[in-house]
Amino acid sequence: VSLQLRRCPSHRVMGGLHEPPQDEMIKTITLIPGDGIGPEISSAVMKIFDAAKVPVHWEERNVTAIKGPGGKWMIPPEAKESMDKSKIGLKGPLKTPIAAGHPSMNLLLRKTFDLYANVRPCVSIEGYKTAYSDVDLVTIRENTEGEYSGIEHVIVDGVVQSIKLITEDASRRIAEFAFEYARSNQRSTVTAVHKANIMRMSDGLFLKKCREVAENYKDIKFTEMYLDTVCLNMVQEPTQFDVLVMPNLYGDILSDLCAGLIGGLGVTPSGNIGANGVAIFESVHGTAPDIAGKDLANPTALLLSAVMMLRHMGLHEQSRKIQTACYDTIQDKKVVTKDLGGNAKCSEFTDEICRRVRDL
Amino acid sequence: MLRCLLIVTLAGNMTEKRRTSLLQSGHLVTPDPFDSQFWSQNETIWMIYASQYYLPPPARYGGRHTVTMIPGDGIGPELLLNVRELFRFSCVPVDFEVVNVNSSLTEEDDINNAITAIRRNGVALKGNIETNHTMPPSHKSRNNLLRTSLDLYANVIHCRSMPGLQTRHKDIDIIIIRENTEGEYSSLEHESVPGVVESLKIITKSNSLRIAEYAFKLAREQGRKKVTAVHKANIMKLGDGLFLQCCKEVAAGYPDITFENMIVDNTTMQLVSRPNQFDVMVMPNLYGNVVSNVCAGLVGGPGLVPGANYGRDYAVFETATRNTGKSIASKNIANPTAMLLASCMMLDHLRLHDYATLIRNAIFRTMNETRMHTPDVGGLATTSEVVQSIVKLIQENSLHRQTVV
Repeated sequence: VSLQLRRCPSHRVMGGLHEPPQDEMIKTITLIPGDGIGPEISSAVMKIFDAAKVPVHWEERNVTAIKGPGGKWMIPPEAKESMDKSKIGLKGPLKTPIAAGHPSMNLLLRKTFDLYANVRPCVSIEGYKTAYSDVDLVTIRENTEGEYSGIEHVIVDGVVQSIKLITEDASRRIAEFAFEYARSNQRSTVTAVHKANIMRMSDGLFLKKCREVAENYKDIKFTEMYLDTVCLNMVQEPTQFDVLVMPNLYGDILSDLCAGLIGGLGVTPSGNIGANGVAIFESVHGTAPDIAGKDLANPTALLLSAVMMLRHMGLHEQSRKIQTACYDTIQDKKVVTKDLGGNAKCSEFTDEICRRVRDL
Repeated sequence: MLRCLLIVTLAGNMTEKRRTSLLQSGHLVTPDPFDSQFWSQNETIWMIYASQYYLPPPARYGGRHTVTMIPGDGIGPELLLNVRELFRFSCVPVDFEVVNVNSSLTEEDDINNAITAIRRNGVALKGNIETNHTMPPSHKSRNNLLRTSLDLYANVIHCRSMPGLQTRHKDIDIIIIRENTEGEYSSLEHESVPGVVESLKIITKSNSLRIAEYAFKLAREQGRKKVTAVHKANIMKLGDGLFLQCCKEVAAGYPDITFENMIVDNTTMQLVSRPNQFDVMVMPNLYGNVVSNVCAGLVGGPGLVPGANYGRDYAVFETATRNTGKSIASKNIANPTAMLLASCMMLDHLRLHDYATLIRNAIFRTMNETRMHTPDVGGLATTSEVVQSIVKLIQENSLHRQTVV
């Protein structure tokens, strides 16, 4: 396997506060509404952006798996073109049909744009109480290899082997991203999560690369911790963690664990960075087909991902306004959707946030 | 006088109804081993062991069991010393054969000696042996070697909310059964191309069936209603798919127990928001590592939960989260609860239930009534103070006033 990796331009690391705000030019964003509740929450976000007068132009595209030349599954060429041009995307939940013959849409998108880093900032939301308060951490997960390489064989009947792939290049890439992110977002510590006592070579290689990259970022503290110790400490004292970087499987488990600490997937933003500058921000919850079309959905996850996107684009003022409006609405508890503890409709919740944004 | 008595030592698996009826009819006795009057009156005693009941490992000399003890590193030695002192004080008929394992040596003689000792005695109590992960891959984890050589296929951890402790979640009662020998811990790795490392995760049908069978049998014995299989079969379709399929097959044979399955990332999310929905959980090795640590954290931390590793022929008891605790070693602040509860599990395994209950009650009373807590659970007591408190409570409820050895 030879990996040709182009270094992602280092200034394009989400939310870099040293990046000058964009000028008044209207920026194009590729919007993928998704399935189920996707369209309603996407229109909610568009409405709120309108109210905040964010200078963006939305280009809506649909992604379904189509068979390209050579029999390989791919996303529609218009979607790919649009994303390559705009470099920024916002995606709603996509449904994965079972036994459809093609891999999941998320996987296809990941492969198409080489989305190697998944970033999930988990910040406790005031007004949405969980058993844990003051959580403020970021999980950075390697998104392309590791345990999810999909390489499995049946060796003999009744014995299956799954291959976990760790490569030097991918490990170095994610480590560099993690440190860049930490530096541009004023984070003090990066912790590498691993299980090198058991998987000596693979996680050992990952750790080695992290250590090497840490040498170039002396201003940021680097620690290493076993996966089980992180899990143990996370449920007792999550405030001790800052930025966590890890391979695919641990990242999957830990990022969902952290999402659970702040209130679940309905309020957690997420962003994916690709190798050639593409960044796709998404909500990670499901399509919720049972409430689709009934104006009951909670757009918070997609909204917070969109706020992440604004920070990535350098539009800090607007991102701050929208985030404050959203948090204030949730804290007020008067007009919130059912899963946040109220009984308002999605449109009412959206209007309330729009109102606050205009007043701010 | 010849008397025919049915003696089932400390009838563990009997139903309450049968037990009371046998006690009333006089056919069931649970003799105090030190009651010399009883033994002198019944010259010939027919001892009938019901065939389906488990036979404990044979005691070596005069009714005393020998158990291998591996101190390990970090806080292991001091915690195990507490166990020995407590057993000596309570006159528990268990002798310990201590086998030290030096984790810094590259030769595997030490761990092989320990394994031989466990084969000899059948039961062991161990601390965690440190693995230096900067050593080359040929230096395997000693703990893992022990588990795989003895085929300790089931790791059982019972996470229960403890009385007298402040935690974020209440009323947790989860049994975690983790496959202990294969999965991601196969230690099969190679560098096929420079810079590309492959690590193999092995799932076999026989081991998956075995662990599922163990889980359902345990659930039935303990009167549990639900078993949840934790997996990632949407991604690892063949590997975890096989595991899930085996669990489903076994579940079909236990219609009284509800079987559910959940993907591991959703499981961790549910555990931190609503842990009360879980009853018994069964899973492959790595997910077991994650879930058991999450659950241990939920009930109060690594110092409270004991763990057991069961194989067909051997059993090894340790703390659930297998920490070395290097940073708190020799400071007299380690929480002795986990290791003491593990020793109680060991006593139950040896069918010394009365001693186990005695020590367990003393531990819980210390935690709840005297509120003697070590720093890891928010108190200010030292390890020795907690152990002293337990000893005092045992003294009040001693099994026998005179020491008869």
